[in-house]
Amino acid sequence: MLLELARWQFAFTTVIHFIFVPLTIGLSGLVAAMQTQWVRTGNDEYKRMTKFWGKLLLVNFAIGIATGIVQEFQFGMAWSAYSRYVGDVFGAPLAMEGLAAFFLESTFLGLWIFGWDHLPKKIHLASIWLVFIGTNLSAYFILAANAWMQNPVGFRVDQESGNAVLTSIWAVLSSPTAIYAFLHTIPAAILTASGLVVGVSIWHLSRRPGHETSFFRRSTAWGLRTMLVTAVITMGVGHFFGQYMTEKQPMKMAAAEALYETEKGAGFSLMTIAPLDKKPDRTTFELHVPYLTSFLATNDPNGTVRGINDLQEESREKYRQYELDRGRDPETAEYYPIIGLTYWSFRLMMGFGIWMAAFAAAGLLIMRRVEGGIEAIAPKTWFRRLALFTLAAGFLGHAFGWIFTEVGRQPWVVTGLLKTEDAVSKLGVETMVISLSVFVVLYLIISAIEFTLFARLAVKGPDPSAGASGQDPDAPDGDSTEEGAVVPHSTPALSY
Amino acid sequence: MDLPTLWFLLIAVFWAGYLVLEGFDFGVGMLLPVLAKTPGERDAMVRTFGPVWDGNEVWLLVAGGATFAAFPNWYASMFSALYLPLLVLLVALILRVLAIEYRRKHENDEVWTARWDRVLVVCSVLAPAMVAAALANVVRGIEMDANSDYTGSLLDLLSPYALLAVVTVLALFLLHGATFIGIRTTGVLRDRARHFAVRIWIVATLLTAAFGLWTLLGQGEDPSIVGVLGVVLAVAGLLCSGASLLRGAERLAFTGTVVTTLGAAILMFAQLWPNVLPSTGDPAGTLTIANAASSPYSLKVMTWVAVIIAPVVFLYEGWSYWVFRERVASDAFEKAQSPLDALKQRAATES
Ligand code: HDD
Ligand code: HEM
Ligand code: HEM
Repeated sequence: MLLELARWQFAFTTVIHFIFVPLTIGLSGLVAAMQTQWVRTGNDEYKRMTKFWGKLLLVNFAIGIATGIVQEFQFGMAWSAYSRYVGDVFGAPLAMEGLAAFFLESTFLGLWIFGWDHLPKKIHLASIWLVFIGTNLSAYFILAANAWMQNPVGFRVDQESGNAVLTSIWAVLSSPTAIYAFLHTIPAAILTASGLVVGVSIWHLSRRPGHETSFFRRSTAWGLRTMLVTAVITMGVGHFFGQYMTEKQPMKMAAAEALYETEKGAGFSLMTIAPLDKKPDRTTFELHVPYLTSFLATNDPNGTVRGINDLQEESREKYRQYELDRGRDPETAEYYPIIGLTYWSFRLMMGFGIWMAAFAAAGLLIMRRVEGGIEAIAPKTWFRRLALFTLAAGFLGHAFGWIFTEVGRQPWVVTGLLKTEDAVSKLGVETMVISLSVFVVLYLIISAIEFTLFARLAVKGPDPSAGASGQDPDAPDGDSTEEGAVVPHSTPALSY
Repeated sequence: MDLPTLWFLLIAVFWAGYLVLEGFDFGVGMLLPVLAKTPGERDAMVRTFGPVWDGNEVWLLVAGGATFAAFPNWYASMFSALYLPLLVLLVALILRVLAIEYRRKHENDEVWTARWDRVLVVCSVLAPAMVAAALANVVRGIEMDANSDYTGSLLDLLSPYALLAVVTVLALFLLHGATFIGIRTTGVLRDRARHFAVRIWIVATLLTAAFGLWTLLGQGEDPSIVGVLGVVLAVAGLLCSGASLLRGAERLAFTGTVVTTLGAAILMFAQLWPNVLPSTGDPAGTLTIANAASSPYSLKVMTWVAVIIAPVVFLYEGWSYWVFRERVASDAFEKAQSPLDALKQRAATES
């Protein structure tokens, strides 16, 4: 009971944290690029883009920070057995994240928000780039920590304490799992952010025709182009990531394919319907693309992909001692995750990625080929709906990607070393009931607040520029003017 | 010095930095209803720490992260034992982040802003109270079994000593926040802050003295030399701060409260040493610097990282304080409520 509650709590708080984080990572990069364009060209429309998308970034940043604080604490609070076991290895990247990334992000974000009046233009621009770099560093370290749980390297198990002990920090930080995860997650984050830019822009072009057309056309073009590029990169890296994963966590791949028996030339299951069991042994309906799984997993259409039943038998032998040490019966131990969840989260993640790539390509074609460009199509209700779906797709892709990764690793919290059931703190069930309820209520409230605030600001659109052309350098929002004339603290939109 | 001791000191430094830095922004948050009478004045007060509060909070995260990396056993036992106080702390910090960031995101909607400001005040009291309670329990020790798992109940955490720590820290942060407002604002806010500081000074001084004595003597062990030094520093800081307040030397008054906060941190960690988490239950559960530390290799890696990165962090964080060193004028906020007003204001200053 305690274990289930603790797992729900971890899953819930982390999934919510990671709804906001990809947008922060991606949008800070896009805003930095927009501001760079402004500094380079002096075209004021870029400045207004920077401010509008930047304002949305800030609303989102706040909640990413708020939910991030929980992450730092909850390993010790709810997973103390885990923390003792892995702290020597896992603590290092986490502490590095704080030192190298969080300080950088937070300090330069403050400088960026309040620096419009105070800093020379180029230094102000550098601040937002440093924020972007900070979010990337943060992602890298936390992904390295997570990668170690998926594929532990650079450690030994201490004889005396029985805990994992670090033997090579380089091995941990340069583990292929970490590198793949980083190269997959960052483009996916930028993909999500560009999906948002496209969705919001098309909404404006659609619902408020004639209003800020050039602003949102340009934003759409930026968004679609980044979307296409990052979607392709995400999928490409995902392919190699999957191959490496099959090598290191074969059970995850078997579960992702609901492949029970080891097969040569295994087909890729497009869709399977089966009873709702943790491990449904029969299927009611299946649709296969022949040889595809073997090809994806091994680059060879006739390659062997191992099945769940085989792997289960093998693990039962291999981890006999692990169970005996903990006073459990090795014969009843299960070594596979919830098959259906793993199977569907994998498909949903990929599906959203494929959809986004297709939408981006179609959108770009429309901009080039259709007369009147995107504004001609945008007012159509179906197109607006598709654009908003695309906006959501990035977030959903991330959520399902993580659910796949983390659920697919079960029953292990650290693959092959520590089971999730052996990781939890010794706490009263009431304590966990209280905290889980508090987090659920709190997170739902604050997510709703951020969602309405975000939507409100997004719908409002960019601040009207003084003068129709948007060229008025005296626009009363307190920018850094070259002479350094300071309008005292009058940037209500971008400050507090 | 061996590496575990070094990391104990570094963690103490992160905590001290956290108390000093976020201490004043908690203080300012608590003082919001006391010092500010108009929305413009409230904006000005929040603005004094606006660019830096997030950086301040990271000191806490790094203190936590460093504990995890350098003393996994300490991190595990402390955070799971203090589960409920930390839960309250997390809720307070989460809501406080949003209050600061969102209070002005509905332009000109004073009801929205006033609601968030109330959240900000409450959370600015709750968060430091929980930090103080947590630290006090760590210093005094908690009831643990031989495996260093908590065996006490919630009420055990609310000991008289912990309660004294809470009120002391709140009084100290009120003073610290008031002296900070003194150096960061102009006009009425600055005056009110000074008046308030003089009054809270007496309370803070009495409480700090009581807390210092109890910490030094209350555990039945000999007071440590460094602990005594911490108390001396804390009291000296308060005296300096009080005298400066009367003479109107604002910077010195703030320096005084910084020194006091540092002194309090030194006191607590000196009393803790060489333990990191004493057990008041089974003595075998007591965690010490030696038995809670990570492996030598892990500590060596972390030391290199800290030696390389920390100075850079201190430099740019210091620089950001320097960039925003000007005083914040509350009248600027009064007049610049809308873009139109800002334009008028600019026209007025130009002519
Ligand atoms: C918008 C987001 C998004 C999109 C479109 C995709 N992914 Fe993904 N994927 C993620 C977001 C993500 C993620 C949330 O970022 C994960 C979770 C863990 C990680 O490192 O990245 C992830 C993990 C992840 C893993 C798990 C590795 C492991 O558990 O060790 C694999 C095999 C793939 N992805 C493969 C793909 C493929 C083949 C895709 C394209 C068709 C794809 N992903 C699209
Ligand atoms: C941010 C994206 C992440 C998401 C959405 C996510 C999601 C999840 C989910 C859904 C579970 C529950 C699995 C289950 O109980 O079946 C879980 C477990 C866990 N994850 Fe992650 N995770 C993320 C990142 C991380 C990272 C980066 C770490 C480590 C630094 C991590 C550490 C853990 C741990 C310790 C558990 C153990 C609890 C459990 O297995 O139930 N997660 N995570
Ligand atoms: C893949 C998983 C994760 C990634 C990529 C990630 C990345 C980020 C990023 C980029 C930020 C700053 C941006 C923002 O606030 O929105 C952030 C905030 C934060 N994250 Fe996560 N995170 C992940 C999961 C976790 C986990 C498991 C922890 C636990 C240690 C954690 C701890 C934090 C903390 C403490 C903050 C607040 C930092 C601040 O105050 O500036 N995150 N995270």
